[in-house]
Amino acid sequence: MTVIRTTKGPEYARLMGLGVARGEVTVTNDDVAGPIDSSDEWIQQRTGIVTRMRAKPETSVLDLAERASRDALIAAGIEGRAIDTVIFSTITHPQMTPAAAPELGARLGCPTAAAFDISAACAGYCYGIAQADALVRSGQSTYVLVVGAEKMSDFVDPTDRSISFLLGDGAGAVVVGPSDAPAIGPTVWGSKDGAEFVRMTHSWLEVRDDPTTPFPTLVQEGQTVFKWASFEMPDAAAKAIEAAGLTPADIQAFIPHQANIRIIDQMAKRIGLPDTVAIGRDIVDSGNTSAASIPLATERLFRDGQVKSGDLALQIGFGAGLVFAAQVVALP
Amino acid sequence: MALSEKEVLAGLAEIVAEETGLDAAEVTGPKSFTDDLDIDSLSMMTIVTLAEEKFSVRIPDEDVKNLVTVADAVAYMTKAQS
Repeated sequence: MTVIRTTKGPEYARLMGLGVARGEVTVTNDDVAGPIDSSDEWIQQRTGIVTRMRAKPETSVLDLAERASRDALIAAGIEGRAIDTVIFSTITHPQMTPAAAPELGARLGCPTAAAFDISAACAGYCYGIAQADALVRSGQSTYVLVVGAEKMSDFVDPTDRSISFLLGDGAGAVVVGPSDAPAIGPTVWGSKDGAEFVRMTHSWLEVRDDPTTPFPTLVQEGQTVFKWASFEMPDAAAKAIEAAGLTPADIQAFIPHQANIRIIDQMAKRIGLPDTVAIGRDIVDSGNTSAASIPLATERLFRDGQVKSGDLALQIGFGAGLVFAAQVVALP
Repeated sequence: MALSEKEVLAGLAEIVAEETGLDAAEVTGPKSFTDDLDIDSLSMMTIVTLAEEKFSVRIPDEDVKNLVTVADAVAYMTKAQS
């Protein structure tokens, strides 16, 4: 009988190096408050955001991803040509096809790598880590580049009071490769029927069929998303800790998607994390950058001296879909 | 066993005090969540969710905007138990 041969990889995978890029322009609350009849005080009190970083018009989401990826390769000590899979998580690549990942691979010197985009919104980075971990451990890939990159500012409406004023631009990248010890826990992930809660205002077909249709931008049902994130996501995060065979006392850092400081604080409280756990709060300066927010917040914790290589971090992404993913990782 | 309005008010006052730092004694029937207790929409969503857990009731998001005063919320939650 003919049998198909399958691959088998190393027992474990790990995050090897991190790189990030933020938009070049600092946008203050006063800069965005006017069109939504709001104020610096209101925005800070509701979201925790003081500034968001947005890219210059001439900077593309691929440019942000390339900057972050080059730094990740250096941090990992890996040449671009060694990358055999590129995973690009984004919802703001402005072309439906081709995907952003193959062009990023070409820019980085791995033009023959397997390359694909993930559309999992603010959960995209954690979805990418789940994929990379599986690819390495199955022997399908040796070194996987995972990038979460967004230029959200291309899809904002300055008069939208639901989400636009939160959004920033940026990218975070990691190299995932073989490991001698466990360094990426099982991913707890899933979805929930809630397509209307975070979405584009119009489909491309609506734009095609009615020329008066405005350019599609992002909107959300803020209170519903707040409730889902604050009260359902802590359960997923707690399950990720349990799935890794750990307890909250074993965690050194909590790095959730940077959606809203009040969601972050409520989640930390409900998971029951000890006060000693470092919490990613990069939203204060960088805003909500969707798939880029977790690696950006990770870099910020390193820069502030709140974490070190090898620390165990609980990370959870959640957003439009609704979709979510959580896992415990050893920081690179 | 369903709680009385008095018991629901006491439980709700505890939740509001925990979320806002207000004294529970300030949480009385005629008070408006927004105008008198200075509770914004996100805090209100938190309070409602904690109340759902505490009183084992379900409060659809679209009904939350109708809970203007503490008495509105107490009446809603007391009735929703049954």
